[in-house]
Amino acid sequence: MRAKPRARLMLGNEACAEGAIAAGVRFFAGYPITPATETAEVMARRLPEVGGVYIQMEDELGSLSAVVGASAGGVKAMTATSSPGFSLMQEFISSAIIGEYPLVVANVMRLGPGIGNIVASQMDVMQARWGAHGGLPMIAFCPSSVRETFELTIRAVNWSERLRTPVLLMTDGVVGHMREKVVIPEPGEIELWNRPLPAVPPEEYQCFDPGPDNVPAIPPFGGKYRVHYNAAIHDFRGVTTMADPKWCEYGVRRLAAKIEAHIDELTETHSVLMDDAEIAVFAYGPVARAAEASVRQAREMGIKAGLMRTVTLWPFPEKQVREMAKQVEVIVVPEMNLGQMVLEVERCAAGQAQIESVTRVDSMLITPKQVLDRITAVAPRRQIPWPS
Amino acid sequence: MAKLKPLTELRKEHFHFSRFPTTYCPGCGIGNVLQAVTRAIDETGRPPESFTFAVGIGCYGNIGNYLDFDELRLSHGRVPAMATGLKLARPDLNVIAMMGDGDATAIGGNHLIHAARRNIDITAIILNNHTYGMTGGQYSPATRLGDYATTAPYGMLEPAFDICKLAEGAGATFVARTTTFRMVQTIDIVRRAIEHPGFALVEIDSQCPVIYGRMNRWGDAVSMLKKQNALTVTLEKAKTMTPEELKGKIVVGIFKQAVEPEFTGEYYKVINRVRRPQDAS
Repeated sequence: MRAKPRARLMLGNEACAEGAIAAGVRFFAGYPITPATETAEVMARRLPEVGGVYIQMEDELGSLSAVVGASAGGVKAMTATSSPGFSLMQEFISSAIIGEYPLVVANVMRLGPGIGNIVASQMDVMQARWGAHGGLPMIAFCPSSVRETFELTIRAVNWSERLRTPVLLMTDGVVGHMREKVVIPEPGEIELWNRPLPAVPPEEYQCFDPGPDNVPAIPPFGGKYRVHYNAAIHDFRGVTTMADPKWCEYGVRRLAAKIEAHIDELTETHSVLMDDAEIAVFAYGPVARAAEASVRQAREMGIKAGLMRTVTLWPFPEKQVREMAKQVEVIVVPEMNLGQMVLEVERCAAGQAQIESVTRVDSMLITPKQVLDRITAVAPRRQIPWPS
Repeated sequence: MAKLKPLTELRKEHFHFSRFPTTYCPGCGIGNVLQAVTRAIDETGRPPESFTFAVGIGCYGNIGNYLDFDELRLSHGRVPAMATGLKLARPDLNVIAMMGDGDATAIGGNHLIHAARRNIDITAIILNNHTYGMTGGQYSPATRLGDYATTAPYGMLEPAFDICKLAEGAGATFVARTTTFRMVQTIDIVRRAIEHPGFALVEIDSQCPVIYGRMNRWGDAVSMLKKQNALTVTLEKAKTMTPEELKGKIVVGIFKQAVEPEFTGEYYKVINRVRRPQDAS
């Protein structure tokens, strides 16, 4: 019956689109930008096939605005862009945090600043956390492979729905433009989460009543429940109370608390050869794959190296890094930027391990040799076998 | 037109009266516009829950605090884009996009012309009080040449947008202008705009007595409305006047009303054509 084989060779950006459709996304608004455009192209073709809508907006501000409109209408919605477009979208990412719209923004990172180049970087990982005004906690996932892009897009959509908050998929030009095998699960095999719906009758309903888990239950427009989405500081009814310091404090702290309550579920890290490691590499995205190769090469040389790869950029896996810092002597942090997540690693290590930043900003992927060179440079001399 | 319902009834049906008094200055035109829009909604006979207001930021941005309708209030200038996403995702809703002159034609100008170009079935109501009232009276793209604003202390040097011409040029299929003085006509035009199957734009020329009126010595709300009415010229009359005579006048009427393919409808035709039932999970 199914025409398509379940295992397919896919482009990273295509996996993002297919993952979104599998997650139930039925609205996508986009604006062309390299290296993210393929997601929009696949969505334009695929969404009508599943009863969804694609629209190309006049700019990135417009795309995220349209996504918000669709999300308020009760439809799972997302957009994809690359770094310059991601800068333009910060306004509405911030608005979506306080308006509590479930939505997903995929950022296929390229080199900055400005127009920069159109290849690849990991230069927006701090922007993901701090770019939107207000500085509230964000959720951001970062895939290392095409298969993981598919899976994390689903996870991003699920979390955005469950917590009613924007979720970021921070991929990059390497993973976005790489082709790998993806096994597409049958629809029933994927766990889907939907946004909470009101449990009280319409006359008792207040749209921003946060409930026990700090996530308001907001139904789609057009029903018996009256919904007042409001991106200004508001009370439970959605009425602006921006002049009241009490509501300001409550609003900001609740929005932070609803994410912080789920840090353990949200943060996912994978360890390779970490059991007896004395030198650790902490990496994310495609760099983690190069780092794994370098760790294995280091082991062959007799160096006790291990890898911690994080899938969750934000909230930062503080606990895991703190534990790692207690165990190892050195943590090497390779990144395709001037050193961003290394600041978080330093903060969590709190002086318990030596931190080594390895950076690359020529828009090319960090190589295993680059990481290995740093590992051997910092490894205690006794671990390195003399050349035969 | 049906007999006008008493205001007390209108308030009960469409407003959160318990939240009154509003934050608006005495004599503000927003009240007139809201009355006209809610009366027009009544006259369409469509259920109130089928209406959603997409609202920008500005004085009128607070209307959602008082209106008993579903509301989307998020950001300055992005109203046409939000409304586009909402309408496309939910073609069953009647989407009213409420904007001010600064919101619609300055920060949101790009979104406005593209929504008009798509001819998507949204009713855009632009309340034109010729100033940014909420921030205290800065000049907007609709401030009249020579008028004063806090950021035009020596008089406005930039020519104003003709919002209706802008919308018509961009492809809106229903374009009209009316004033807060002409309430009966405003109700009628807004109803036609809602019923129009395509992008409809209604510019409502409004008084801002406390900010704009004071700064430009137009007097209080009543004298502002009188002056507004003295400047008003109907479309029929305007056709007999020279461009010199029309300078500074407010031409009211329906400038365009044409039925052309509507974007949401066209898109759903595509969905019906290419939809694959086996994937419709």
